[in-house]
Amino acid sequence: MPVHSKLETFEDNWRTSMGGWSPEGKVVLRGKDVFKDLGNNSWMEYLLFASTGKESPKIARLMEGMWVICTSFPDPRIWNNRVSALAGTTRSTGVLAAAASVAVTEATIYGLKPIKGATDFLYRADKRLAEGETLEQIIKAELKQYRSVYGYGRPLVTGDERVEPMMDFARSIGCGEGKYIKLAFAIAEYLSNSRFKYQINIAAVCAGLLADEGLKPMEFYHMATLAFTAGAMPCFIDALDHQEGSFFPLRTSRLNFTGGETVKHWRV
Amino acid sequence: MSDNPIEKITTKIWRETPEPDNPFAAANCHCCGYDVYGDLLQNASYIDYLYLLFKQQQPTPEQSALLQGLAIALANPGPRDHSVRAAMSAGVGGSTHASAMIAAIAVGAGNLGGAREVFHALEYWQHCGASLEAWEQIIKDPPQLGREDVWLPMEHAPGFDPNGVSCPTPVKQTLAHLADVGKGSHLQWLDTHRTALEEFAGYPLAFSGVAAAALHDLEFLPEQAEMLFLLLRLPGAAIHSLEQERLGWRKYPFFANGFKLNP
Repeated sequence: MPVHSKLETFEDNWRTSMGGWSPEGKVVLRGKDVFKDLGNNSWMEYLLFASTGKESPKIARLMEGMWVICTSFPDPRIWNNRVSALAGTTRSTGVLAAAASVAVTEATIYGLKPIKGATDFLYRADKRLAEGETLEQIIKAELKQYRSVYGYGRPLVTGDERVEPMMDFARSIGCGEGKYIKLAFAIAEYLSNSRFKYQINIAAVCAGLLADEGLKPMEFYHMATLAFTAGAMPCFIDALDHQEGSFFPLRTSRLNFTGGETVKHWRV
Repeated sequence: MSDNPIEKITTKIWRETPEPDNPFAAANCHCCGYDVYGDLLQNASYIDYLYLLFKQQQPTPEQSALLQGLAIALANPGPRDHSVRAAMSAGVGGSTHASAMIAAIAVGAGNLGGAREVFHALEYWQHCGASLEAWEQIIKDPPQLGREDVWLPMEHAPGFDPNGVSCPTPVKQTLAHLADVGKGSHLQWLDTHRTALEEFAGYPLAFSGVAAAALHDLEFLPEQAEMLFLLLRLPGAAIHSLEQERLGWRKYPFFANGFKLNP
């Protein structure tokens, strides 16, 4: 029988321009020699180039400010950090803690979904404004279809304490005056005066700042993947430094059982 | 003591009473009304307990046989499967055993042969049921994502193998067996209409498609099906990872000659 799987072409044949290592000791990333061309980059510049192909100390510095100011609060009650604290209290490893926390950061009410979603929304809103729609029409359509606007509103509290320091930092390096960040705050103005009372959260601010630097939703998403690790790691270490099992223990009465009280017997 | 109300975990699934000497240890655990250590441990099979956990009721003999068959079919996708390769990649490097499981879950979660594909296939079942016309319509004009999500759009009809040639024998064997023991209408319908659906999709049916039909017959929601599919495929990842850990990286493909960096 003739072989006609289209996978046959790819057997032992991975062709790439992204980069790789050779046994001769050369390492290439996106066509550049890592040792000769990129060895003096900051890690954030290297990550930016690796993830997006962009070479921009300014974007890297902006991103680094975001990571410090916005993404790594060392509070073990925050859900992704809590995973690391739980890993610490059960004496798992730091890498497993961080890996799990990074995975959990792909959340809806915080983290990666709002980061990608807010960037996507700003690009879509800008396009529709250019096509003649009003901001009100765009926001109302978004709310009607999805019942939320990524980048606006926040669990637990209404305001976002990160907005002002992040904007201060952005301005200090020459950012913060572009059309997307202005759009982000124009949307905030509309929403805060609407019946929803949503305030801007840091996802929309970072999305606006980075869209003004040309980053697309997927690029911001890739760059933000590891952004939360500096919050998770101290939570893991802190729990390691406490008695094992001591991180918010729960007695049986902390279960609020809402099912039926009837005791059933398994039919054999 | 604080005047603030005590925060609790709300659950319909699990009830505990404490040991007399330790409020942090349970003396009795009831799952969906059944005494786990006083009844289920002696009387329930693992598969039936798994069904109970997801569905909060004891399965019928047909449901039990269907889940049992599905669990065996999925338990080891074999060492060529992407998720198992991920686990073995952890194994050969001497990574932690937990990382092998995490790797298998992460890779086995995706749109190609993974749990997200099963999620979408369940959505298709919910939308189309046993209407060949509806299947043709949704396969030829799949729903579009509205706004950007962390999940990428499907690149093929969920439940079918875009790299397949014809429906592999194990997939057909599993479908026939599950349709027989489960008595489920959707599996039987799939068995009858498989080739028509494959023509719509342009690809053969995959394990993910059989799993989706089985879990639809078991009345699993898409998110429940996604979770269970992740769970059921882990045994193979575990044992192949352990095997390759023992054998070491020298006996595992590195694709030394297959990697070609474009100039």
